[in-house]
Amino acid sequence: MKSFDYLRPETLADAIAAGGAPGAAYLAGGTNLVDLMKTGAAVPDRIVDITRLPGLDRWEWLDDGGLRIGALVRNSDLAHDVDVAQTFPAMAEALLSGASGQLRNAATVGGNLMQATRCPFFADPTSSCNRREAGSGCAAQGLSARAFAVLGASEACIATHPSDFCVALAALGAMVEVAGPDGTRAVALTDFHRLPGAAPQTTTVLKPGELVTAITLPAAAAGFRRHARYLKLRDRTSFAFALVSAAAMLRIEDGIIAEARLAFGGVAAKPWRALDAEAALKGARPDADAFATAAARALEGAAATAGNGFKIPLAARIGARALTLAAAGTPAEMPVLPGSVHLGEPAHA
Amino acid sequence: MPDVTPLPAATPIRMGSNAGQPRTRADGLLKVTGRATYAADNHPAGMAQAVLVTAAIARGRVTAMNVEAARAHPGVVEVYTPANRPELALEPDAKPSFFSKLTETLQDDTVRYEGQPIALVVAETLEAATEAARLLAPQYAAETARVGFDLAPYAPESVGFGFPIEMSKGDIAAGLSEAASTTETVVETPPQYHNAMETHAIVAEWKDGKLYLDTPTQAPGMSAAGFAAWLGLDPADVVIRSPFLGGGFGSKAAVVGAFLLAIQAAKLLDRPVKLALARHQMFGHVFHRGATRQTIKLGMDAEGRLTAIDHHTTAVTAAFEEFIEGASGAARTTYAAPAIRASHDGVRNDVGVPGAMRAPGEASGSAALEIAADVAAEAAGLDPLEFRLRNYAETDPMSGLPYSSKALRECYAEGAREFGWAGRPLAPRQMTDDAGMLVGWGVGTATFPCPMFGAEARATLRADGTAVIETALIDMGQGSWTAMAQIAADSLGLDVEQVEIRGGVSDLPDSGVAGGSGYTATLGLAIDNAGGDTIRQLAEIASSDPDSPLHGTGNTRVVARGGRLYAQDDESRSESYADILARAGRETLSGEGKGARGENDANDHSFQSHGAVFAEVKVDPDLGQVRVTRLVGAFAAGRIINPRMVESQLSGGMIWGISFALHEGAEMDPRTGRILNRDFGEYHVSVNSDAPSVKVLTIPEEDAFVNPLGVKGVGEIGVTGTAGAIANAIWHATGKRVTSYPIRLEELLDL
Repeated sequence: MKSFDYLRPETLADAIAAGGAPGAAYLAGGTNLVDLMKTGAAVPDRIVDITRLPGLDRWEWLDDGGLRIGALVRNSDLAHDVDVAQTFPAMAEALLSGASGQLRNAATVGGNLMQATRCPFFADPTSSCNRREAGSGCAAQGLSARAFAVLGASEACIATHPSDFCVALAALGAMVEVAGPDGTRAVALTDFHRLPGAAPQTTTVLKPGELVTAITLPAAAAGFRRHARYLKLRDRTSFAFALVSAAAMLRIEDGIIAEARLAFGGVAAKPWRALDAEAALKGARPDADAFATAAARALEGAAATAGNGFKIPLAARIGARALTLAAAGTPAEMPVLPGSVHLGEPAHA
Repeated sequence: MPDVTPLPAATPIRMGSNAGQPRTRADGLLKVTGRATYAADNHPAGMAQAVLVTAAIARGRVTAMNVEAARAHPGVVEVYTPANRPELALEPDAKPSFFSKLTETLQDDTVRYEGQPIALVVAETLEAATEAARLLAPQYAAETARVGFDLAPYAPESVGFGFPIEMSKGDIAAGLSEAASTTETVVETPPQYHNAMETHAIVAEWKDGKLYLDTPTQAPGMSAAGFAAWLGLDPADVVIRSPFLGGGFGSKAAVVGAFLLAIQAAKLLDRPVKLALARHQMFGHVFHRGATRQTIKLGMDAEGRLTAIDHHTTAVTAAFEEFIEGASGAARTTYAAPAIRASHDGVRNDVGVPGAMRAPGEASGSAALEIAADVAAEAAGLDPLEFRLRNYAETDPMSGLPYSSKALRECYAEGAREFGWAGRPLAPRQMTDDAGMLVGWGVGTATFPCPMFGAEARATLRADGTAVIETALIDMGQGSWTAMAQIAADSLGLDVEQVEIRGGVSDLPDSGVAGGSGYTATLGLAIDNAGGDTIRQLAEIASSDPDSPLHGTGNTRVVARGGRLYAQDDESRSESYADILARAGRETLSGEGKGARGENDANDHSFQSHGAVFAEVKVDPDLGQVRVTRLVGAFAAGRIINPRMVESQLSGGMIWGISFALHEGAEMDPRTGRILNRDFGEYHVSVNSDAPSVKVLTIPEEDAFVNPLGVKGVGEIGVTGTAGAIANAIWHATGKRVTSYPIRLEELLDL
């Protein structure tokens, strides 16, 4: 692969200084960046290894009951923590439905936000891709394929964001803490990723040198703990990206939905929060009609490209199913097959 | 806790005290501790690293490569392109053996498929070679790629490895026109690419006039001869070391151009060279299972007995070379009918050469035929198992020859009992579980032939009474190190611990081909004969020695057991091997053996392994997500040498069947002929959680005709039957008859 400088700064300030240079890339778990370097899709001049930065590899419970998760926390560690999983069960389920055990052990939560699309043309440097190389064109347009976006796509790019975790974060109202040359700031997760528009090469709101330092979940999000699910449809039971997925959370008071959250994965270049659907559910009875109507509303603006039309009704259905299962109650234990519509079998009968 | 899990079905058949035992893997500890040496683990002194550069278009020409930039990269030793390609002893398009296929050795600037070698970069480090390969930045003049089935078909030379493109018996037209009912089913199977965990790799070193190759091969002798032919060497001067393969599945037998390039680079640079293909380079240059479109017409009488089976396959092959997936062969071997036609034609695409992939022909063919059988059963109003029993082939459906053995009826019965098939509702979409999932049950017939290739082995008794077996044995995961030692021990009358196997190197007696499910039968027979030859000589020594207690017994009236020879009619007369050898003044005593099918055996019998696979699926009624919740496979494959290895082979084959049914398939971009899913993230194979319950039964089957060991073979049959059983279970669950593999959830949605 292309030669690059490898830096391993000891402090955040040094990391930001090193990461601001043109051609620099931050390296954390490496589960996505290294793959792209192997295909030649990513050719950084400088790798800034942030895995030794102090203090980013842990989470802390905030005084108000919120949770602040350091960017270098490993997906497995977070998902397997009992307090975390009980407080934000859909987030833990989303994490455990992603990738494979080995990858979750290596991958970090900050890196999860920074994942590149798995569009095959993005990963292949010999194909045109506006996201990888601005203005080179979009080889995906016109191809009959199942994976592409049905919401928020543009002529320039129809790629999807691959994350499961981010879908749950979007529903939970997570905030992303960012540090950079101009100091620190907080961005709503739902504002963190950009829709492609005319400039798909810019995938997040991060400015040069900025990096994710933490993800914060507001205390109020814990109010959904009793009615929260993440569901994911995929081509095999594990180690597969979502065709479509949904995070659904409800706060039910006296048999009425006091508050609802609904977000989708696999449908857009960002985790897709469905605010209209949430508003429609507020004050409704938690029944099948309400869920179906709300989920359908979430897909009202959807548009198919060749070969992915089925994803629009399918997303509405999985949204309704996730809401239905959330209403039925968060399972007492993590499902054997996290994110699956199938119950699975106990690992050891 | 016993450390051995007995198979549920039956008492294993025992040849002696070793065969039949579920011994653990002889090489297991080496493998789990990382000490088993695979080809790419070798690093001879001075070794350079090679990286293959492969085409990013499917059809056209390479118009430019920036060789200067690549050469200028620090650490680069040499860059080979068509302009300075290493010469071979044969023309690049020569095919030195029956199994050879056209391959690419930089003979010109033509690109005939994506992934074709177009250059080789050699450098001091893998990183330098990789970057220099990138710097080559090939430019292309691309032509429109030919993709898919809807092109003009042509009549191929042959099917698979030399079968006729059409075989038939009886009057098909009459069988269909006079049938009480007919069905027609069209099934498509996708291209599937070889993706063993170990990618193809080679370390080539020229030393002392010989060529040493560390490279995985399923056939060391054949490979050495192949390399020698291309390179103009005496086959004895090519030494291949291949003790372990990280999977072969048919892809690691024929010589490929990339390896020839690495070998020639090692010669020209006068230093060892290593080349290991990258994962994405597995998609093109090293064979694959070609796509098929199969049309199956069945005619039946009023009772559901088949009057005609007309199975036609259109197989995708390369534009420049032929290998036709012999899918219609399933019609010749599975069900009885008075008229059968198994025909093929080909369609040329701009793809790499297809080739053998685990159960070549049968896997694709049974995946289609088993769906067609279910369609017919439905039309006849019969339970799918009853339909299969009514069309049971008592003799070979095409040739009419008697089977050497066939316990398929028992497989159906035992499998159905274990699965709980009785009471299955006839109509689809009748069963649900507590969670509201649709439940369906399906069955598929499994069958695979029992070929034997030639193999040789040498057995040597040593002065201490132990023995060594020498043969170029390879183990690609199936357990041959283990099973062959069991056969050897029995043939020599020793415990398995007293038998050393010396193998993995091509300069030992030729172990033949680990393929076609024939390795245990063929090499096992060679070892058995070598052991028998040794014992015969030992008995002659003892019998003719007046000082031996066995004097005068003659070599046919002794038995070998526990390291001693006993007089058959008087076991008080016996002597240890060590004592016999010592008195004869022999340090060692060697015997030799060959394994092959008897010359006229195939004139008298048809040789097939059989099985029945039962599948349960659950399908979400609204979301289409499928889960294979249970698989039960009952197989009859003659004598079982090692039940543990056999169960592993069969269950692994069945999981491959899950993969065939639901997961595997290259996705081609029809605009470019390029493969979109060239990595393990996107080219899906089944994972553990896709196979929650896979149960294997082995049905006892004695076979006096297939070969003297009575061994048939289990390496491939597990794939057959399984994909169809799953497709049929999905129909039973949903009422939807999906006829295109892999079966995708959107095809099961009511939209």
